Amino acid sequence: MFARRLLYWLSMAAGLVLAIVPLPSWLDPARPDLALLAMIYFVLTSPRVAGLGYAWLSGLFLDVLRGMVLGQHALGFLVVGYLTHRLQLRMRMFPILQQAAVVALLLALYHFIIFWIDGLTGHGYTAWVRWLPVVSGALLWPLIVAVGDSLTRRSA
Amino acid sequence: MVELTHDSRPIIGRGPPLTAYFLTLTAISIGLMVADQRFHQIDRVRELLSSVVHPVQRAVDFPFRATSWVTGSFADRGRLRQENLELTTRLRLANLQLQRFAALEEENRRLRDMRENTTGIAEKVLVASILNVDLDPFRHRVLLDKGAKDGVFRGQAVLDGEGIFGQVAKVNAATAEVILISDAEHAIPVQSNRSGVRTIAVGTGDANKLSLPFVTVEADLQEGDLLLSSGMGGVFPPGYPVAQVSKVKRAGSTFAVVEAKPTAQLDRAREVLLVWFKEPAFESPGAAVAGTPGAASKTETADAPPASPGAAAASMTAAPTAGARPAIATPARTTAQDATQTPAPAAAQPAPSTPTPTPTSTPTPTPGSQAGERAATSEANSAPATGAPQGPGE
Repeated sequence: MFARRLLYWLSMAAGLVLAIVPLPSWLDPARPDLALLAMIYFVLTSPRVAGLGYAWLSGLFLDVLRGMVLGQHALGFLVVGYLTHRLQLRMRMFPILQQAAVVALLLALYHFIIFWIDGLTGHGYTAWVRWLPVVSGALLWPLIVAVGDSLTRRSA
Repeated sequence: MVELTHDSRPIIGRGPPLTAYFLTLTAISIGLMVADQRFHQIDRVRELLSSVVHPVQRAVDFPFRATSWVTGSFADRGRLRQENLELTTRLRLANLQLQRFAALEEENRRLRDMRENTTGIAEKVLVASILNVDLDPFRHRVLLDKGAKDGVFRGQAVLDGEGIFGQVAKVNAATAEVILISDAEHAIPVQSNRSGVRTIAVGTGDANKLSLPFVTVEADLQEGDLLLSSGMGGVFPPGYPVAQVSKVKRAGSTFAVVEAKPTAQLDRAREVLLVWFKEPAFESPGAAVAGTPGAASKTETADAPPASPGAAAASMTAAPTAGARPAIATPARTTAQDATQTPAPAAAQPAPSTPTPTPTSTPTPTPGSQAGERAATSEANSAPATGAPQGPGE
């Protein structure tokens, strides 16, 4: 349990670091939300460890790191975390591709929340590249499950 | 009886029910956003959190810094020699220009003294480096490694070696967020070096392009004109290069389509200068802006650095010469040409009064606009009424 908790926190921290690592500008808009994907993964595999409070807190740290209005990403993380908690018994049964499709829906919802709050705070940016992380995140999902499974098997 | 629910946390010590927990945290998030956006009540919270995440930013920045240090330390002799030669040549040229500049500056100072204006030239600069950290890909913001502990304040002008870079939007303890002049939410008052035409350059979200939306078709602007900061609004020191006009299209009925290329290396600079310049003792142009009805489209935000309200208030009472600060680059020309050659509408003129001493145009200060420092930040989407204190980044 403790090892799992540590792993959860480490992957969250890694996700946050990767959220601000400089990428070439053509790649930057498609940066996958690794912290969010890690959160979804841990809610699915170990829901007793990954609570909503932690999800909210990591979203808040992301807000501070990227200089957004406080609470924007926190709300996105929270909504996605809550829905994943509600869906986890079903999602665990899904084959990996179907799981990736649901994850794409969750990511789309997350980015819609971000987009919506951006619009409310006067930062509206409407180009289609905004939605690239949904695609890149869904494509990465099988990889994340594979890496996560191999890590948790060793630590458990 | 065991009920199969979605909540698979342990039954003992599982904490609050999921949905209630979710709703509580949602309410807290919304409260945070409103407090942050509307009332700026939680700058302390942000400062605290940002000092928590500061090590993360440093950690991300470190490898890049280390690489550049290593390549710098182990550079080969030939390259160093080459660089040395180049720098010596440039220094010689710069010194030559400086000699001329010193005389001009002295003359300028004398002329300004005669007009009871103190200088608007940068008095203190601090070199800051840009942290290698990606913020939002859709906003032109960068993070500097200097913060409140170095005396950085919100609305401070940021320059690089080639021109005006941006202004400070958020200040944390050890870092500061800068909004670049190319950000779609930024606008800067400029003046053509050749003709003296004054207008506003608005960011486009493209690092190589500013747009000048308030230039009439008759305005005397040509391709290749150098646009200098006009010093209107009091955020940027006057007379520094901002952009070079790259395209003028006089097709429309009233306004020409004018684009300009920023002179500062917005996407390449690694080190920038934070500038403190002495606010000239003139009556606040911010008050003039807030008092102009047409200025509502370009909201100028009031950001008061620690020392300025007193100074502005003093100058409000004691300023004998009404009118805005003259542009430092063309002090003699502006007076004549602003009257004749600037047909831009009132909305495009941050301070409508010409620098000629016309005591009739003394504007009445509106509440909350006594601050001498104003950020010429456009708020395209949300344009609150007048001089209510607003952050430049919102």
